[in-house]
Amino acid sequence: MNRRWMLKLATGTVAAVTISLGAAQAQETLKFGAVAPKTGPLAGGSAVTFWPNVALWAHDVNGRGGLDVGGKKYMVEIIEYDDQTNPGETIKAVQRLATQDNADFIFAPYGTGLNIASAPIFAKYGYPMVTHTAISDQIKELSEKFPNMYFTLGGATGLAGGVVDVLNGLRERGEIGNRVAMVNVADAFGIELAEVARPQLQEAGYEIIYDTSYPLGTQDLSPVIKGAKAANPDAFVAWSYPPDTFGLTAQAKIEGLNVKAFYTAVATAFPAYLGANGAAAEGVLGAGGVYADGAAFQEYAKRHEEVTGAKPDYWASGMVYASFQILEQAIEATDSIDRAVVADYIKNNSFETVMGTISWDENNNNAAYWTVGQWQGGVFKGVASTGREGAVPVNAKTGWE
Amino acid sequence: MDILITGLLLGGTYALIAMGLNLQYGMSRIMNLANGEMLVIGGFAAFWLWTSGLVSPFLTIFLVAPVAFVLNWLIYIVILRPLVRRARSRGQLEVDSILTTFGLSFVAVGIMIATFGGDYFSYSYLARPVVILGENYALNRLSAFIGAALIAGALYLWLNHSRPGLAIRAIAVSPDSSRLVGIDVPRLAAISFALGGAVTAVGGGLISMFLTLDASTGVLFTLKALIIVIMGGVGDIRGTIVAALLLGILETFVATVIDPGLTLAAAYLLFVSILLLRPQGLFGRSPS
Repeated sequence: MNRRWMLKLATGTVAAVTISLGAAQAQETLKFGAVAPKTGPLAGGSAVTFWPNVALWAHDVNGRGGLDVGGKKYMVEIIEYDDQTNPGETIKAVQRLATQDNADFIFAPYGTGLNIASAPIFAKYGYPMVTHTAISDQIKELSEKFPNMYFTLGGATGLAGGVVDVLNGLRERGEIGNRVAMVNVADAFGIELAEVARPQLQEAGYEIIYDTSYPLGTQDLSPVIKGAKAANPDAFVAWSYPPDTFGLTAQAKIEGLNVKAFYTAVATAFPAYLGANGAAAEGVLGAGGVYADGAAFQEYAKRHEEVTGAKPDYWASGMVYASFQILEQAIEATDSIDRAVVADYIKNNSFETVMGTISWDENNNNAAYWTVGQWQGGVFKGVASTGREGAVPVNAKTGWE
Repeated sequence: MDILITGLLLGGTYALIAMGLNLQYGMSRIMNLANGEMLVIGGFAAFWLWTSGLVSPFLTIFLVAPVAFVLNWLIYIVILRPLVRRARSRGQLEVDSILTTFGLSFVAVGIMIATFGGDYFSYSYLARPVVILGENYALNRLSAFIGAALIAGALYLWLNHSRPGLAIRAIAVSPDSSRLVGIDVPRLAAISFALGGAVTAVGGGLISMFLTLDASTGVLFTLKALIIVIMGGVGDIRGTIVAALLLGILETFVATVIDPGLTLAAAYLLFVSILLLRPQGLFGRSPS
């Protein structure tokens, strides 16, 4: 008896599994390709900003039953590749997604350099490329060359301009004078930003009393901070990358570089920055920012933490998710998975995202973006932008305690 | 004076990075390109225990050291010993071990990313100023320097005044003849490799107090360690320390007096000139 019952149970299970498998196969999927560093110099950044959003977006879309294309539901499947922070690998992976995996859509890669490197491949196969972490002053030229490329995070001139605006605000209130110490990491990002910022600062009447660069991966930044301190500045501006953003801050604390405006660039908006510096982070200015008090961002941040177990950063994380939302909304609105149709829709519409409304100028550029944020009460809030709502007033930094 | 002290502190950091590799390369003849990953693992242990249980990195290293010792011993026994057995000459062993440990470094990065994720890990421990001769220095760098000095001192004493230490040095000089005088070469080579790994992991735990690491940064430390070991002379712990301190002082001098942008250039200039003048390294023996 027992054995027969077991047999019945087994047959039943097999049948049930077969049926559910059949159902799953009938359910069609759309393939989305994701290419970004999991190893190499940019891996630390993409592990915070890019990859969790891929997981979150797939979770969100599949959680509500998939993408609705003309009344039919498609689950999304993500195909991930590690490009090792190597442009050659990015290009290969995108090519592979297009030709071997037959991906329906491909997310833009991570970081300015990798995006620019792979833009021709996206263009060649006609994939809309909604970038989320590309900062460039060549947006006009790029969008002329690659009409399917869209920009959301802004340009170097705007980022530097935001810093000048914030300093101007503090100067008008009498918090700071004209003496600015500026340092940069000797890497594409740092060099470009320093070159763009120098004339802007001088034009606004600032005196750059200390201006130097340091190699990427410098293990002791105390000479840099000592040099800056010796120049007795009112404001300190560093066009820095993640490891040196942390290093400069720690050293400034130790040397007692008590400027009223302390700015470090990339990674200041990372949750790890608050984790490492605690209360000392209060008042630190950094690149980026979000409308941190807005309901859209808060709801997104909460889901991000619930689903991925990590907090989003206060700048590009939201923009990564927003770029996926743009694709998603365009696909659902056009009821099409024809890439040309979707690209055309993106070009001619604006989108409601977790970062607020994203709309395009004539260069497929989201002209209103965040430029400067500040840690205020444990939250990195946007304090300057090129026309986004929700900026809060900037505070002067009061020491490191 | 300020330059000297800042430079010495940076040199201490460099010594922590490089001492382990010297043991591994100098004594057991394994050019370990996965050395930096071991450092990052040590750093991660310190980060994790500090952020989850407020365990001081100075306690963590006593846990890290035996674990890293066993781990490296196993790596040597399982992966590297077959290469040692098979190698006909020292040159062949070097090539084989470089290729193997290069592969091993990718495996280590992959495992770290799979277990801990690729995020930056940075925490604040003893990030307080201490005043020496009227200038501010970071307490965590100072304590890492003291840690480096203690490790270096202990290694030096052990290598010069203990029986296994002397035996290990004998292996470094001549593996073949040391067998003739009754030294258990395979066992001691494994021990010095494991010890090198433990020193590196402890160094990682100490420098994670002030450097921001992530799973992929190991290779940067391997490169730095390689330069220092070669400058100092392979197989001599004194050479590594002197080279590390020299490099630290030079970089700080250039950064303070000339320009921080030129530190790398200065470091490589020093490297090249030492190689030109003393190809065997500062304390290395010239091959006879």
